[in-house]
Amino acid sequence: MGSFTAITPVCSFLHANDLSSRIKCLNISYQQKRRHEGLRRKSGVVAYYGLKKPPYNLDALEPYMSQKTLESHWGEHHKGYLDALNRHLSKSDILYGYTMDELVKVTYNYGNPLPEFNDAAQVWNHDFFWESMQPGGGESPTLGLLQQIEKDFGSFPNFKEKFIEAAMTLFGSGWVWLVLKKKEKQLAVVKTSNAVTPIVWDDIPILCLDVWEHAYYLDYKNDKAKYVNVFMDHLVSWHAATARLARAQAFVNLGEPKIPVA
Amino acid sequence: MALRTLMTRKTLASASSNQGLLHQCRSLQTFSLPDLPYDYGALEPAISAEIMQLHHQKHHQTYITNYNKALEQLDDAIAKGDASSVVKLQSAIKFNGGGHVNHSIFWKNLAPISEGGGEPPKASLGWAIDSNFGSLEALIQKMNAEGAALQGSGWVWLGLDTQSKKLLVETTPNQDPLVTKGPSLVPILGIDVWEHAYYLQYKNVRPDYLKNIWKIMNWKHASEVYEKECPSH
Repeated sequence: MGSFTAITPVCSFLHANDLSSRIKCLNISYQQKRRHEGLRRKSGVVAYYGLKKPPYNLDALEPYMSQKTLESHWGEHHKGYLDALNRHLSKSDILYGYTMDELVKVTYNYGNPLPEFNDAAQVWNHDFFWESMQPGGGESPTLGLLQQIEKDFGSFPNFKEKFIEAAMTLFGSGWVWLVLKKKEKQLAVVKTSNAVTPIVWDDIPILCLDVWEHAYYLDYKNDKAKYVNVFMDHLVSWHAATARLARAQAFVNLGEPKIPVA
Repeated sequence: MALRTLMTRKTLASASSNQGLLHQCRSLQTFSLPDLPYDYGALEPAISAEIMQLHHQKHHQTYITNYNKALEQLDDAIAKGDASSVVKLQSAIKFNGGGHVNHSIFWKNLAPISEGGGEPPKASLGWAIDSNFGSLEALIQKMNAEGAALQGSGWVWLGLDTQSKKLLVETTPNQDPLVTKGPSLVPILGIDVWEHAYYLQYKNVRPDYLKNIWKIMNWKHASEVYEKECPSH
């Protein structure tokens, strides 16, 4: 997907199924990871992050999320963060060459974020967000994910309530997440401010919802409650969530699978 | 000042000595949405009527509603001596109360062009700006830069330090009032850079919103606030 040449600074993303192992493409014959100062980029060829398209057309989420919103949200906000990140990277030797996940964690700097953090994390968050939605989404999860939700929240409606409540009680701009907590080995609903993402605490995100005002203002004006409910009922991609949980189980032991006795 | 009467609480009547009694001689003053001193469409084209109406009738009203709710719960918790609830409510009070305070200031900071909006400050505030920042243009540039760079939601302020009598530019996140950046700070001007303040008109181009809002800035009111704190001899 995408293409890169030896001359123009354009990069392609390996569109891997799982998000955490996204690797930035480098034109290897010209680039090395540079950590010492003083080295100039001889050929001027560099590779940066590219803008990843959502896995559906921009009008595919109508009428729940309008094309206008997607054009603005993806085409301007998300792209803006990406351009700013690339600008930062072109000046900073040390940060160059990291994968997106590494970049977010390193620039978070244990709670004292570096200036690149906001842009890197927002790019990551928005990529995750587009993939957390699908046309014809909503309803409820099935199989293992549903079982895990019922185990950790009591019931699916209970989880839904908690998620919506987190979105409504978040002050200011931020995100709401369904994460798998590594230490507690449980699913949890987490809300973060501005650009913060649960991967900085080593938790594994399963779903996210953007509750910055720009995400819903064009479609719902100030009615955040309607937006969150519409997301839950019509947009959320349980398919993506299931895939992410399946992968997460390679890192977190959630117990023995329930194998039915014949 | 209207703002002062909005915020004044009736004094507690010997509430502290009656901790055991359930009925207190205290009345809780709740707040209501202040009227705008101009029509919703009066600030066009800098800020559209649609935004003004939503901003005032929906957002500001929501802050007031939730502030009143939080105050009632706080009153309850204080009466019961429920310390942990009192502490838990502080963030809701800071957010919603701050939202009410900040927006009440904001409506007064704006004025239609026909009523003097955008006219540069003169007299003591004008001189103070020149001596603190060099020129009005420099101040505007600074505030615009800080406002555009603010991540997420917040406010950008022109504040006065009542102790040092110096003007400064500050930003606060979410709905934190300026006083959270320093107990002696008084807001002279505030600009709302939450996305709801400009999104319908300017989309994500916050710098354009910041550039245009100076055309409707109510410097007359700002001067009044300044002169009250720093009376000219």
